[in-house]
Amino acid sequence: MKKALAIFALVFLLAILPQFAGKYLLYMTIHIMLLSLFSLGFNLLFGYTGLLSFGQAGFYAVGAYACAKILLAVPSLLVGIIGGVAIAGVASFLLGILCIRHTRIYFSMLTLSFGMMIFSLAWKWRDMTGGDDGLVGIPRAPLEIPGLLRLNMAPMQNYYYVVLIFALLAIYVFHRIVHSPMGLTLQGIRDSETRAACVGISVRNYRLVSFTIAGLYAGLAGALLPPLETTVTPPVAHWSYSAEPVLATLLGGIYTFAGPIVGAVLFYIMKDIIVRFTQYWLICLGGIVVLLVMGLRGGVLGIFFGKGGQG
Amino acid sequence: METLAFQGLIGLSVAMYLWLLAAGLTIVFGVLGVLNFAHGSLFMLGAYFAFTFYGLWGVNFWLAIALSLLAVGIVGYLMERLFLRHIYHLDHAYQLLLTFGFILIFDDAVKMVWGGVAKIPPLPSFFEGTLSVFKRPFPIYNLFIIGAGLLVAVVLWLLFEKTWWGKIVRTSASDREMASAIGVNIATVFTGVFVFGAMLAALGGALGTPVRVVAPGIGAAMIIQAFIITVIGGLGNLKGAFVGAVIVGILSCYSILLFPVFELFSIFLIMAVVLLVKPQGLFGS
Repeated sequence: MKKALAIFALVFLLAILPQFAGKYLLYMTIHIMLLSLFSLGFNLLFGYTGLLSFGQAGFYAVGAYACAKILLAVPSLLVGIIGGVAIAGVASFLLGILCIRHTRIYFSMLTLSFGMMIFSLAWKWRDMTGGDDGLVGIPRAPLEIPGLLRLNMAPMQNYYYVVLIFALLAIYVFHRIVHSPMGLTLQGIRDSETRAACVGISVRNYRLVSFTIAGLYAGLAGALLPPLETTVTPPVAHWSYSAEPVLATLLGGIYTFAGPIVGAVLFYIMKDIIVRFTQYWLICLGGIVVLLVMGLRGGVLGIFFGKGGQG
Repeated sequence: METLAFQGLIGLSVAMYLWLLAAGLTIVFGVLGVLNFAHGSLFMLGAYFAFTFYGLWGVNFWLAIALSLLAVGIVGYLMERLFLRHIYHLDHAYQLLLTFGFILIFDDAVKMVWGGVAKIPPLPSFFEGTLSVFKRPFPIYNLFIIGAGLLVAVVLWLLFEKTWWGKIVRTSASDREMASAIGVNIATVFTGVFVFGAMLAALGGALGTPVRVVAPGIGAAMIIQAFIITVIGGLGNLKGAFVGAVIVGILSCYSILLFPVFELFSIFLIMAVVLLVKPQGLFGS
C-alpha cells in the first residue's frame, strides 16, 4: 500500500512537472527517463539473466539512427519511434544469435566488439549515417494518428509528455516481464545454468529473448533521442556510451527492480555537478565504477534494503 | 599477384603488434582467469611512454623502450596489487567491470597528461629507408617488427616450456590449489604474470610508436582487435593468439586495399563465422 502510494505520488509529480519546471529541468528529466529505459534493458541482461553486456550503446544507436532516418523521410513521430524500436529489435535479435553462443567473459567481449562494429558503421558508412557529421535537421515531427489526433511537438513540454507516457508504459511492461514466469526463468538461469537446463528450460532461447528485449529497450531509449536533440552523431554508439547504463545500474543496485531507475537519476545529478568542474568526465565515471566494484556492490538501494554484496 | 603478396607482408608486420597485445591478454587470462579489458589501454600507455622518452626527451631508442616497459610494468603492478587482488573471489562480472572502469580512467588520464591531439614521433635514423621487395619499397622498420614479433614468440615458447619459471606458472594455471600445496606462492605468481602481460602489451605499444599514430582512444581500438583475435584463436591459448593475430593483421590489410569503408566489418565477419562454426575458437578446447 505504501509502495503504491509512493509510485502514485511520483507519477503525479512527473505529470505536473512542466507546470513549474524550466526548460533545462525538463530536458534533464527526459534524459533521465531515457537512461532509465536504457539501463532497465541492460539490467534485464545483467541483474536478471547474469549476462554482462558492454555493447548496449550499439542498439541505442541503431534505434536513434533508424528513428532519425525515418523522421527525415516521413515526418510522423509515432512512425519514427516505433520504426526505430523495431529495427533495433531486429538488430539485437540477429547479433544476439551470435553473442549468446557464449556466456560469461566471452559474452562481454562479444558485446563490446559488436557494439564497436556498429560504431564503426556509424562512423564510416557516410552515405547512410552522415559519417562523423551525423544526421542533422531531424524534425520533432507532430504526433499524428490520421483521422484521430494531431499534436504539435514543437514545445518541449509536449514532447516531455510523449516521453513520459512511453517511459511509464515501458516500465510497466518491464515490471510484468520480470515478475512473469519468464522473468523467474531468467533468474533461475542466472543462478544455475545447469539446474535450469535440467528442468527442461531451453537456456539458449531464453537468453536470446532476454538479449532481444534488452535491445528493444535500448532501441526505445535511442529512438526517443533524435526528436529531442534534432541530431544524431556517432558518439551515441561508442563503447564509452555503453558505460552509462552500466554505471547507472551499479549505482542504483543490480538485484532490485528500481535500481537502474534510481541509478539513472543519481547518474545525471552527479554528471551535472561534475561537468561544472572538469571536462574530464570519463575519468570520474571510471573512478566511480572502480569504487562501486571495490566497495559498494549492492548500489544505493542495496545500502538501504540490505541486498548488497552478492558475489 | 605481387601487390597481394606485398600487402600480405605489410599485414604480417601489423599482425606482430596484435600478437604482442593478444599474447599478454591470453597469458594473464590463462593463469589468473581474469580477462583484462584495460589491456589495450596498457598498450596505449606503452606507446605514450615511449613517445615521451624517445620523441620528447630524446632518450636512446632502446632505452626508451625499456623504460616504457618498466613504467607500464609499474602501472600493472599497482592495478593488480591495489585492485584486482581484492576481487578474485568475486563473480567474474565484477572483474570485468573493474577493468572496464580502468579503460575509462586511462583514456581520460592520457588526455589530461598528453592532450587530445594525436602525436607522431620520429623514426630512429638507423631504421630509415626501405628494402626492395617484389620491386616495391618495403620499410626496414616493418621488417624489424616482423623479426621482433617472431623473436618474442620463440622466447615465450622457451620460457613456458623449458624453464623452471614457466613450469611454476603452468602449474598455477592448471591447478591453483595443488600448486600452492606444493609451495608455490600463488599471490606472487599472479602479480608477476599480470605485470609480465602488461609489459608485453607495452612492448607492442612502444615498438609501434615510430610508425603508428599515438592518440587517446587507441586503447579501446586495440582491445577490440585483441578480442577478435582471441575469439578466433581461442582464449587462453598462445598458439591461438599467434594464429589469430596473423589472420586479423593480414586480413585487415587486404580489406583496406579492397573495400576501405568496411575494413573493420570484414574482420567481424570472420569472427562471426568462427563463432557459428567453432564457438570455442580454432585452438580452443
